[in-house]
Formats: sequence, C-alpha cells, structure tokens
Amino acid sequence: MKTAQLWGYRRPDGRVGVRNHVLILPTIVCATQAAKQVTELVHGTVSFIHQHGCAQVGVDYDQTFRTYVGMGTNPNVYGVIVMGLGCETHQGRSVAQEIAKSGKPVELVSIQDHGGTLGAVAEAARIATKMVQDASALVREPFDISELIVGTECGGSDACSGLSANPAVGYVSDMIVDRGGTVILAETTELIGAEHLLANRAVDDRVAKKVYQVIEAMEKRAIMMGVDIRTGNPSPGNRKGGLTTLEEKSLGAAAKAGTRPLQELIDYAQRPTKKGLVWMDTPGHDIEQLTGMVAGGAQIVLFTSGRGTPTGSPIAPVIKIATNTPMFEKMRENMDINAGTIIEGTESLESVGERIFNELLLTASGKLTKAEILKQHDFGIWRIGPTF
Amino acid sequence: MTSFYRTVMMNPKDNVATALDYIPAGSVVKVTCQEKEYEIEIKENIEFGHKFAVVPIKKGKDIFKYGEVIGVASKDIAVGEHVHIHNVEGKRGRGDKINENSSALGL
Repeated sequence: MKTAQLWGYRRPDGRVGVRNHVLILPTIVCATQAAKQVTELVHGTVSFIHQHGCAQVGVDYDQTFRTYVGMGTNPNVYGVIVMGLGCETHQGRSVAQEIAKSGKPVELVSIQDHGGTLGAVAEAARIATKMVQDASALVREPFDISELIVGTECGGSDACSGLSANPAVGYVSDMIVDRGGTVILAETTELIGAEHLLANRAVDDRVAKKVYQVIEAMEKRAIMMGVDIRTGNPSPGNRKGGLTTLEEKSLGAAAKAGTRPLQELIDYAQRPTKKGLVWMDTPGHDIEQLTGMVAGGAQIVLFTSGRGTPTGSPIAPVIKIATNTPMFEKMRENMDINAGTIIEGTESLESVGERIFNELLLTASGKLTKAEILKQHDFGIWRIGPTF
Repeated sequence: MTSFYRTVMMNPKDNVATALDYIPAGSVVKVTCQEKEYEIEIKENIEFGHKFAVVPIKKGKDIFKYGEVIGVASKDIAVGEHVHIHNVEGKRGRGDKINENSSALGL
C-alpha cells in the first residue's frame, strides 16, 4: 500500500495541523469588523465574518458555542485571539476558556473593555504580532495519514457529479480509511433517498437507526415548511445541470462515501470519536457544512463541484475537484483538480482517485490550494433555533 | 443511422439514460448497460448531463437511475423523451403534499 511521509505541526493536545494559522475569532457579530481589521494589520492572521453570537438559547446556543470552540481547537490553528464585545450571550471568556483546554495559546480582547474599536484592534494586533512570530518558529514534523480527518463535500452539483468526481472521491475515501485515517461524510439533506445504502453499511444497529433518525428529522424540517423541498434543493443550477430530484442528487452525493463501513454518526461540529468513515449531521448548504466539518477537526476538505464554486475555509485547505472539463477550463483559478476526464473516457476513475490522493498528501504537507491563495475565508453556522 | 453521441446508463434496472454530449432531436443513439442494449430515437434536444427515457414510462411509475428510485413520472413519458422536472416529481421532502401521505417515510 502506497504511503507517504506527511509533514505537519504537532499541537500540545497531540493532534497535528497541516497549517499554522493565528485565528482572530470573533464570538459575536459586533466584533467581526474589528477582527477583520486585525487581519489587515498583522501578517499570518485569519478571521471570518458571521452574524451570530447573541440572543441565542438552548441547543442552538450550544451548537454555535461548539462551532466557535471547534474552530479554535482545530489543529490547523497555532493560537487564538478571541474577540468579543462584552455584553453578548456567547461570552468570549467562556469560548476562550474552553479553547485553552487544548493547551494552545489563547488570549481574549473585548471591545467594551478596551475603550472601543480602535483600542481593541490595537490590543489584539499587539498580541497577534507576538503570536505570529512564535508560530513561525515552529517547524513541520513527520506525521501519519492515520492522524488526518478529511472532510468530503459536494456543492453546485450537476449530473456528472455522481459519475466522475464523487465516485473518485469515494475511491480516495476508501484509500484514507484503509490507511487508518478518518473521512467525514456530511450534508444529511443530500443523502435523503440514499440513506438505505448507508444504513446497510453501518457497523451496528445503533448507527443504522441513527441514520434513519437524522434523515427523518431533516425531511420533517422540509415538510414543516409546507413546500416541495425541490423549491430549494436541487438548486436552479443543479437542475440546469440535469439533476431532476433531491433523490437523484443524493444518490450521486453518496458516492463520495466510498464503500467502507459507517463507524458512527456525529452531531454538527462534533469531533469524530472513531477512525474510518463517519457521518456528520449537517445541512446541504455548502458553507454551513464546511464549517461544521472544520469545527469538528477536519484538517483538509475534498470538495467536488459541477457548476463551479470559489468556496474555502479560513483555516483548512479545501481541494476543489471539477466534475467536468468545460467548467474546469472556465474556472481554473478556483478549481484544483479536473475529474472531467472520466466523462470524456480518457482517464479511469482509479487514476483520477490517485491524482486526488496525491494532491491531498501534497496539500497536507504545505502546498496551497486555489481557495487559500484567493483568501476565500468562508464561515457559516447551522442555526437550529430562532434568534431572540 | 446510429450517431456517436455518448450516453451512460448506470444500472440495468434503470429506465433512463444520461446524455454525455448535447444530443439534437432526431438523432438515433445506442445505449448499453451490461446485457441491456437499446437503440433510441431522441425526440427532443437533450442537453449534456440530462436524461432521456429508454423505455416507455407510465404516469405514476417510478424513475430508476443508479438502480434506485429517483422520483415518479408526473405524466406518460415516451421512449427518447427528455426526462426532467417537467415530467418527474421527487417523492421525498414533499411539504406541499403534507396531507396526501405521499412521503416515502409516511410522515
């Protein structure tokens, strides 16, 4: 079996990062602009824009909290500066304390405590300059593929998705699992109609039962809206690409999961407790899914697209794989790999799988993806309750 | 005469195939899948990635792709006709049919 030496950053909690970011983490919408200003001042820092962190309760509060903490503890992050406002529901202090348990450097700056935006930006930037320099002194060390958690995703799907890029990612998924690594399958919405195939691969009845439970819960949410789910999914672009129903899209999406047993089913932004293939319960929405997987500890994401997409994460490299050659040619600056050769009959599925696997190994050791180069720092939380 | 437009039929159980080229109306294409082989006259222009019927499909009958059900015919579909949102409905996530007990889960 082909193995390769991977090079990454060992963290205090034992996990390995494939990147070495200093994350400016705004836990409240009110601090996102200040956080962005810090990233403009200090090289080596990243942040993201969002609209959450206040007036949230119950399980919705918990899920957002878990997502913030997961972003901070992701091993691709060297250290974190949590930025809060001061009066919000999701207290920056609580998030910072939870992240600090991982042993990595964490600091807290709140706008109300630091005399407003300019004072807070100056203080965070001052801390960041030191943190970035400390991070830069770290050197990559060897690690094994079994320490990788790889997220898989499809977005802007077309009829080729289920024929080329998704089965090729499925081939890679099996390769990763066979080498002791972890692969996350997600987007529960886009597994409606294919759940029986996954349930049949569950390691035990409990996992199989959970498959039907999360599918039923997702389908019920759609039914509660009183409309055909097709009004939102498959999207207009999916339909233009030849996908007729959600079930058809799902059967193509499920091909990403390869053929290995399904080990467990985890909540949104939860860290897998098992190696092998795991299913994270997320919506089909690209950015919310991506964020859930990265907050769950995925260091790298494989993302297939038929229509083309710029999607990336502030902290995890996203390798984007085109399902067809015309789109790959048209969106070269966004797409990393072309799987359209399978459609043209010029390359086998296995050969494309090998190319994706090799790109994954290179990326894990430092090669930048197109989305990273274009600073595509997308972030979105799956909200499961109303704002009050 | 059969033309060389590329098509793919995923499973012998399927009643549709996918066009891997743009196929203009009137073309006669060959579709093969394991032991199944069809010669089909395409009735309407089929865009790249879109589906056409390889057998007649009656209204209310399931549409099969990948050997699995992807939806149900909302009208009779003749061989060679475009199979898409105008003549196929999804069976899942149908909040619009909440009182018709049509969901596969019986919700």
